[in-house]
Amino acid sequence: MTPAIQLAGVSRLFGAVRALDDVSLSIAPGEFFALLGPSGSGKTTCLRLIAGFDRPTQGKVLLDGEDVTDIPPFDRSVNTVFQDYALFPHMSVAENVAYGPRVRGVAAPERHRRALEVLELVRLRALADRAPSQLSGGQKQRVALARALINEPKVLLLDEPLGALDLRLREEMQLELKAIQQKIGITFVYVTHDQSEALSMADRVAVFCDGRVEQLDSPRDLYMRPRTAFVARFVGSANVIEGELAQRITGEPRPFAIRPEAIEVLAMTEPPPAGALSCEGVLEDIHYHGATSRWHVRTNTGAVLSAVRPESAPVDGAPVHGSRVRLAWSRDSLVPLAER
Amino acid sequence: MPQPASRTFASFLYGRRGFYLSLLLLPPLLWLGTVYLGSLFALLVQSFYAIDEFTARIVPKLTLATYRQLVSHPANVDIILRTLAMAVAVTLTAAVIAFPIANYMARYATPRMKAFFYVGVMLPMWTSYLVKVYAWRLVLAKQGILFWFVDQLGLAPVLDTALATPVIGGPSLASSYLGMFIVFVYMWLPFMILPLTAAFERVPVSLLQASADLGARPRQTFRNVVLPLALPGLAAGSVFTFSLTLGDYIIPSVVGAPGYFIGMMVYQQQGTAGNLPLAAAFSVVPIILIAIYLSLAKRLGAFDAL
Repeated sequence: MTPAIQLAGVSRLFGAVRALDDVSLSIAPGEFFALLGPSGSGKTTCLRLIAGFDRPTQGKVLLDGEDVTDIPPFDRSVNTVFQDYALFPHMSVAENVAYGPRVRGVAAPERHRRALEVLELVRLRALADRAPSQLSGGQKQRVALARALINEPKVLLLDEPLGALDLRLREEMQLELKAIQQKIGITFVYVTHDQSEALSMADRVAVFCDGRVEQLDSPRDLYMRPRTAFVARFVGSANVIEGELAQRITGEPRPFAIRPEAIEVLAMTEPPPAGALSCEGVLEDIHYHGATSRWHVRTNTGAVLSAVRPESAPVDGAPVHGSRVRLAWSRDSLVPLAER
Repeated sequence: MPQPASRTFASFLYGRRGFYLSLLLLPPLLWLGTVYLGSLFALLVQSFYAIDEFTARIVPKLTLATYRQLVSHPANVDIILRTLAMAVAVTLTAAVIAFPIANYMARYATPRMKAFFYVGVMLPMWTSYLVKVYAWRLVLAKQGILFWFVDQLGLAPVLDTALATPVIGGPSLASSYLGMFIVFVYMWLPFMILPLTAAFERVPVSLLQASADLGARPRQTFRNVVLPLALPGLAAGSVFTFSLTLGDYIIPSVVGAPGYFIGMMVYQQQGTAGNLPLAAAFSVVPIILIAIYLSLAKRLGAFDAL
């Protein structure tokens, strides 16, 4: 099957800065694909190259097998939902949505009918005559989505679309976006710096760091089997243990990751379970998160490890702030990492 | 503990926001009210007085006689139409020239280049207005540098044809409406560029990208997005160029054909002719024209994007 999008050895230089460094990836039709990374990692540059707002310094961009590297955005069957929504302030909601058909020469009554249809899909039909300035953030978001979807693009690009929304609305929109994607079955490329958003929505995630794809995997594999220290930290908030401490715990200097929820915090009086790996340290800090709390323990080598403890665990005899504790985990939960 | 006086005064004001606000606003409002609006009102009242033909004294009684005199004389109507035509031509030309410059300054120029352009646009305004007008008279003269330059380019016949055109032509650029038009455009161009640049700067680049992304070709993006969003700036700039041209009396008296303009009439009527009411009535004409222009612009949706 021809990939919906293919990047072949794409680099983008801004002066001496490599925003993208020899990136190759292909995205299957109908896939929900996330580009995940911190700001400045190259994920947005990557999206801009696919949309056509920018051109690669090297390499090729292919849409549906066709080389579009030199084709301007208005001739690509790709549409974008912008981070700031980019709704036209001088047009009503319906006019905004009908903009794509309008510039393609669809007659006014027909494009208005189609705009209302798409607005129905995002449950905003009642607001068709409003001005964008009269909408809430979530509503603007939906209008931006409808305006892109009306063109029936092969690929929809979403640039941190939920970044400006509050947590509750964001979670609601995540479900809705996913539902819409499954309903219409077009390829979504979703840029985000929020790992939980990428993990919960995407079929596959490309993790970006310093202009490179650090790892490209399914959410589960990314979380369970990070290949590098960066991915382990960024995606799973995992503890990365390297150098002397790694040597002391496992007997070899190779770095490894251990997820906070796999670590058990024991009082010094409790013996570690048989076969478990362990180390000691001082309980420095406890961060309460509701269902769980995160414990920060400074080990003898100075590295701080964090462990997640469910709040349902018994309080009696639990170690207190400032006391010495033992950290223990099973050998299976170690994730060996590539050395840099 | 006794509080320092400044502190008690501050808390006194803090509790009385309305009083505080009016205290701050009163001096500038007084200035605006008396000096600007008051004098405008005096002008308006003056235009409804008339002059006694025998004694040449102003009769302080409200009448429409002066306005009747204004519109009944074909020469006066000619002056108004001539000034209006010049103002429209200058405004349109300034807009066409300013548009690409403002767009470049707002969107494409590097910060250095932008600073250079801002200085370049405003620098001429730091020079004396009179000096510039007289300099232009020399530039546009028959033996002036412009004729010489056009001749060097081998375009003298083009210029001669332009000068041979009735109404706008004349013996030389310095004594034709064409020359006057050039000077007007030169003088007021900065007043068009600056508000237009500000308007372009307020249009987020993502709107242009969104338009292209949705399939609009550059021409369509310009017509559907750039132009409507630049209209408030265009309206602001054109009010400047339009009203400055309508009211100016120095450029028409130094450069160009001998026909009168509104500003010159005002100057003459309040000075040598001593007919203050007629001068006032002439001054009201630009105000009315601008009001008509603004209401037209509003109806065309120029301020919808504000």
